Amino acid sequence: MHEFSLVMSMIDLAEKAARADGARRITRLRLEIGALAGVVPEALEFAFDGARVGTMAEDAALEVTYLPAIAYCATCQSEFELDNRFGIAVCPACDVPSADLRQGRELTLASLEVDG
Amino acid sequence: MSEPIDAAARGPAQAVEPRAAATASTRDVTVSPHGAREAAARVVQVQKSLMTHNDGVAAANREAFRGSLVLNVVSSPGSGKTALLERTVRDLAGELSVAIVVGDLETDNDAERLHAAGAPSVQIVTGTVCHLEAEMVARAVEQLDLDGLDVLVIENVGNLVCPAAWDLGEDLRVTLLSVTEGEDKPLKYPRIFKDADAVVINKVDIAEAVGFDRARALDSVRRVAPGARVFELSARTGEGVGAWLDFLRERRVAKAAAHDAAARG
Repeated sequence: MHEFSLVMSMIDLAEKAARADGARRITRLRLEIGALAGVVPEALEFAFDGARVGTMAEDAALEVTYLPAIAYCATCQSEFELDNRFGIAVCPACDVPSADLRQGRELTLASLEVDG
Repeated sequence: MSEPIDAAARGPAQAVEPRAAATASTRDVTVSPHGAREAAARVVQVQKSLMTHNDGVAAANREAFRGSLVLNVVSSPGSGKTALLERTVRDLAGELSVAIVVGDLETDNDAERLHAAGAPSVQIVTGTVCHLEAEMVARAVEQLDLDGLDVLVIENVGNLVCPAAWDLGEDLRVTLLSVTEGEDKPLKYPRIFKDADAVVINKVDIAEAVGFDRARALDSVRRVAPGARVFELSARTGEGVGAWLDFLRERRVAKAAAHDAAARG
């Protein structure tokens, strides 16, 4: 249940950004999560429901975009999307395994909608 | 009390505003019913990782660790992290100085075991937290003498999911797997194996008794973590531990050399 720690960080970042913008209230948070970030969507929503109480994001909607895992193949020098949920990165063109993950670990607060 | 008079005076004006706002709010359910606020609604770009704070503290830890080789050891509970570290500390005694920071939800049993093995050890009791964060490690190492320390081992909370995202300031991530856990563990918990610099398969002394399929386990590790060094050993009997110790010796020399080179500028 590390999602609670993540949500606390997210609200902290969001409140700082909202205050810096002179906002009074956060109405929406846009989060980007990589396929290999190890985050359970239900746990994230559950944690958010608890953590937002008493914060600027108390009434905010949480919008999550899931990003596919992308690896880089050194042989053909191109990126490819992983076709499985196991983190197995084998280039479909060269059949060579890759340890160079270019996308999939993201835990990014992309933007907010605020008012006030 | 002037309340009733006030309410009567404001009544008609207030009745109009919510109706007007109601039309606007059908466009977006999250918009406030107050007209003024609605007009000020806007998007703020953030583009920051949720790990920003942790990563900053981890970078400071890395700075504070200087030339010491730092390991972050992760596994499920009962894979033998503490047993491997006891063995490591005993076998390196007199050769390399090793200190340990160990995280558990409760008790300081592990720190006591490691202390008995001969390493200065600090226990982090996390309570309900399922992983270590860089800040916990920063506080814990205040109790250790880092000056001239060869190896610092951070034994994470036994958990194959939660510790994965938290950088603690380590040089190497070591993920343990024991032969009783199932050969497909790396496939079930890809992130923590994918980020591993070294994968240790422990308890090989009982592999046969538990019907461990070695080829299948190695294949799982290679598929998820093609770049990781793999060690098959038994912390209990000492079988295969030599290669693991050589790996630590080699990486410690490399770390100290890199640190010295950076210090010379």
